[in-house]
Amino acid sequence: MVEFRLPQNSRVSKGKVWEKPDNAENLKEIKIYRYNPDDNENPRIDTFFIDLDKCGPMMLDALIKIKSEIDPTLTFRRSCREGICGSCSMNIGGVNTLACLKGMNEFKGTINVYPLPHLPVIKDLVPDLNNFYKQHASIKPWLETNTEEPEGEWLQSVEERKFLDGLYECVMCACCSTSCPSYWWNGDKYLGPAALLHAYRWIIDSRDQEREGRLKELDDSFKLYRCHTIMNCAKACPKGLNPAKAIAEIKKLQSQNV
Amino acid sequence: MDNRPLSPHLSIYRPQITSVLSIFHRLTGAGLFFSTILIIIWIAAVAAGAEYYKSIKVFYSSPPLILVLSVSLWALWYHFFTGLRHLYWDLGLGFNLRSVSLSGWIAITCSSLATLLNIIIINIL
Repeated sequence: MVEFRLPQNSRVSKGKVWEKPDNAENLKEIKIYRYNPDDNENPRIDTFFIDLDKCGPMMLDALIKIKSEIDPTLTFRRSCREGICGSCSMNIGGVNTLACLKGMNEFKGTINVYPLPHLPVIKDLVPDLNNFYKQHASIKPWLETNTEEPEGEWLQSVEERKFLDGLYECVMCACCSTSCPSYWWNGDKYLGPAALLHAYRWIIDSRDQEREGRLKELDDSFKLYRCHTIMNCAKACPKGLNPAKAIAEIKKLQSQNV
Repeated sequence: MDNRPLSPHLSIYRPQITSVLSIFHRLTGAGLFFSTILIIIWIAAVAAGAEYYKSIKVFYSSPPLILVLSVSLWALWYHFFTGLRHLYWDLGLGFNLRSVSLSGWIAITCSSLATLLNIIIINIL
């Protein structure tokens, strides 16, 4: 459902302004969305200041610095710090991206940091991704076969393997799906760019024998066709993938399949 | 657990050329429905005879209606050009980000130019 206003319990109030570091020449203001499930209060925006001369260049460096030196309760997901795990996805400067791949020098002035849009918030920058993962599981992200298993592996040619480039690299960070207005309004029924990109990755895998079934499963006015080619997904993807293109290819196959 | 807040969305997401052009495609599409009614009234007046046509012409020449008709004209051209983008997207073409933004700017430029040209031609005639 299209609902522009946030529910009552989600409206954001003013938060704390934390102290500036001493003798800092290169000060950066960072505003961060905070929510604590234990204090029964609405989310708020806290203001932090960090000294860029004493901090790594990436947004994730700043978050880690804030957590270790200013407020240890600041909560966010992170792991690999090099864009391969997809954990530190969040909305930075108004656009979804990975904090570890986003340089602070790309922003003039204050940097606003929010959790991924239109998701239930567990704490601070940690959203609940259960629905997102369920949708991924629903497209059966594994090899489906019905012929006898080969002696060794299921083989495919170099040319056939090339079809998977630009698809297999997805790290499931959810930046694309949560940048999509259509997914905001219909995220319960529309599968979203990430799950559909994965669906296409298996549909065009030469080893998979369930192509027809997969296409049939997706042929649904909500699951697939809530994609209106807005393309915020491709714009947001921190790995440079193009879910919109993958979805268009699925739609093309659907039209040839009638 | 049920009381988890919903994270901010529309209010915090920076407008993207992709989503802004998309919502305008939809708005112009819906708006043109009402513009069509104006055209139908005009045609109906022509069919009804000289007297009706005269009064409708006065009404349609008033500044607010000229504004509405001009915006409708732009909406028509805009919807046409962004509609062309949708047609070739449906063929699986023009999806890389450079093409998307280029074709977007072309649609904006062409629809504005076409509207201007249209208005100039109407005024000359």
